[in-house]
Amino acid sequence: MTRTVFSVALGALICVLPLFCNAYWTDVCVMIGLYALLSLSLNVILGQAGIFHMGHAAFFAVGAYTTAICNTLWQWPIFLTMPLAGATAALFALVVARPIIHLRGDYLLIVTIGIVEIVRIALLNDVFGLTGGSNGIFGIARPRFFDFRIVKSIHFYYLVWGMVGISLVLFYGLWRSRFGRALNCIKADDVAAEGCGINVSRYKLAAFVLGAFWAGMVGTLYAAKMTTIAPESFNFMESVIIFAVVILSGGSQLGVLISAFLFIGLPELLREFSDARMLVFGLAMMLMMIWRPQGLLPPGPRRYPVVDRILGKLHSSGQNASGGLAGLAGAEVETPVNAQTAARTGEDRP
Amino acid sequence: MEQFLQQLLNGLAVGGIYALVALGYTMVYGVLKLINFAHGDLFTIGAYLGLTLLASCNLAGLLPIPLAMLAVFVMVALLVALIGFLLERAAYRPLRDAGRLSAVVSALGASIFFQNAVMLVYGARVYVYPDFLRPDFTVSLMGVNVPGVRLLVIVASIVLMLGLWAFIQRTRIGAAVRAVAIDPAAARLMGINVDKIISLVFLIGPGLGGAAGLMVGIYYGQIDFTMGWSYGLKAFTAAILGGIGNIPGAMLGGLLLGVIEALAAGYVAMAWKDAIAFLVLILILIIRPTGILGERTADKL
Repeated sequence: MTRTVFSVALGALICVLPLFCNAYWTDVCVMIGLYALLSLSLNVILGQAGIFHMGHAAFFAVGAYTTAICNTLWQWPIFLTMPLAGATAALFALVVARPIIHLRGDYLLIVTIGIVEIVRIALLNDVFGLTGGSNGIFGIARPRFFDFRIVKSIHFYYLVWGMVGISLVLFYGLWRSRFGRALNCIKADDVAAEGCGINVSRYKLAAFVLGAFWAGMVGTLYAAKMTTIAPESFNFMESVIIFAVVILSGGSQLGVLISAFLFIGLPELLREFSDARMLVFGLAMMLMMIWRPQGLLPPGPRRYPVVDRILGKLHSSGQNASGGLAGLAGAEVETPVNAQTAARTGEDRP
Repeated sequence: MEQFLQQLLNGLAVGGIYALVALGYTMVYGVLKLINFAHGDLFTIGAYLGLTLLASCNLAGLLPIPLAMLAVFVMVALLVALIGFLLERAAYRPLRDAGRLSAVVSALGASIFFQNAVMLVYGARVYVYPDFLRPDFTVSLMGVNVPGVRLLVIVASIVLMLGLWAFIQRTRIGAAVRAVAIDPAAARLMGINVDKIISLVFLIGPGLGGAAGLMVGIYYGQIDFTMGWSYGLKAFTAAILGGIGNIPGAMLGGLLLGVIEALAAGYVAMAWKDAIAFLVLILILIIRPTGILGERTADKL
């Protein structure tokens, strides 16, 4: 309940925030939004399916470069390149993830690090003569929405956070769906999931491709915002930051937003300590695993109406005096089944 | 032919360094089943501590140069071993029972922490090693002039590897390390103090890694605070290549990776050198996850 109130308040704050910010702080908020989007897309892979994927910057890079190349070479409008950027990143993810998806947690982690490094080196070496080597690509056009040209920070703010809003709704729907349940089941225990008839490799691959698709589209937004992209923007440290945001968040969407703010916004607020920010994050990751391994804000327990109704009835028949009221209250009580699911999805065991 | 020999020896020198670092990964993986991501940064710390010791203590003035170098090597190895020991106590021991991936995240945190600690202490610039240490003789080998430092690095790494090999295979404590790697619970029932063995592994691995860091400093003449990542990743690749958890495997994998990389740099393209190492990593994990000498199967689903 408090979480709902908090979410609504946060949403309202995000809507009106740029009215009180100067251009610099609006820019910072745009960056927080971009990282929040990337983290939300990684959350599907890492938070929901429990796949230890640390190469998300690779998909982000593929999307950004797709947009940059289409826009500078063939003058495609930015918004038209967006689905293409997503599709290219998804296709890339499909190709690279297919042979490695069965690898166990820490091995997969290493391979995804290898992939992000290979992508960066390929971009640096001007692969196919399209990526512009270490200089990258510059002169990417501003996006246009019909006749409205998106130039100012505040325009980008609403564009990026609008996309965050859409992503939150879509990913929430995904979490509630059969697909989302299957991913959570795989995260909790992949052998048991296989036993329940879930095709683990296919679901993991689907989560991977979906996350990559979203990261590719965020790449479009990033390229449009920056107008210049270079391989160093997609180095391994970016992957680590996105990874750390998701790990610290605990896997809930609200948690991702808060943790994106902590990682991107807080260092700007504490400028004089900005050199030490990664030091603090490293320390935070260690301490977090010792004291709060489930993350800042793990997702709440899943609720199933059927189970709630049955347990509610049992509850009300037990207390015959105020049956109706207790029945209502019973629906609010966290059922043992749900508590168990929550406990299991909170774990990170392979 | 001459180019081939040069590249081969270069590859063996770099490969020896990879192998020393890979030993730390593989030993820790053997006893804890944990990828110690911070190991690469312990290697960096070794390089920086070596620089500080050389610059501050004026050892070269007090002792003849070979002895001074040996002293610095021993001090660096001991100091880095101590850091490794403390790292295990602080960041990994509380997570022993907490699931493997929590420990992996903690290791990543430790790595980021060390890397930035080095950056804050020393600054983000590239440091140059004093060159009076660098042996400047050359040796003629089959008609090829080989820099002496290259041969020294190869010899030093092989001596350290053989020493470790003898320790693990020939001593009682070495047998205990092997026992813990095979089955910690059974080892405990046999009266082995598993915690002490794990601490020991965290002394030996980082000690060797720190020595390797110093060797990189002397061999290449310059160090920077991010070098731990690339050397660490490559050493890890080497450990996987030889079969993770397997000590001779790490040695073989390190030398092999060094040679592959040097030949690729010489004959294919210098700019793609790093990418080739990672490609080897991915291919080996797809084709043969147990590595060349690996007896233990990497769990697959």
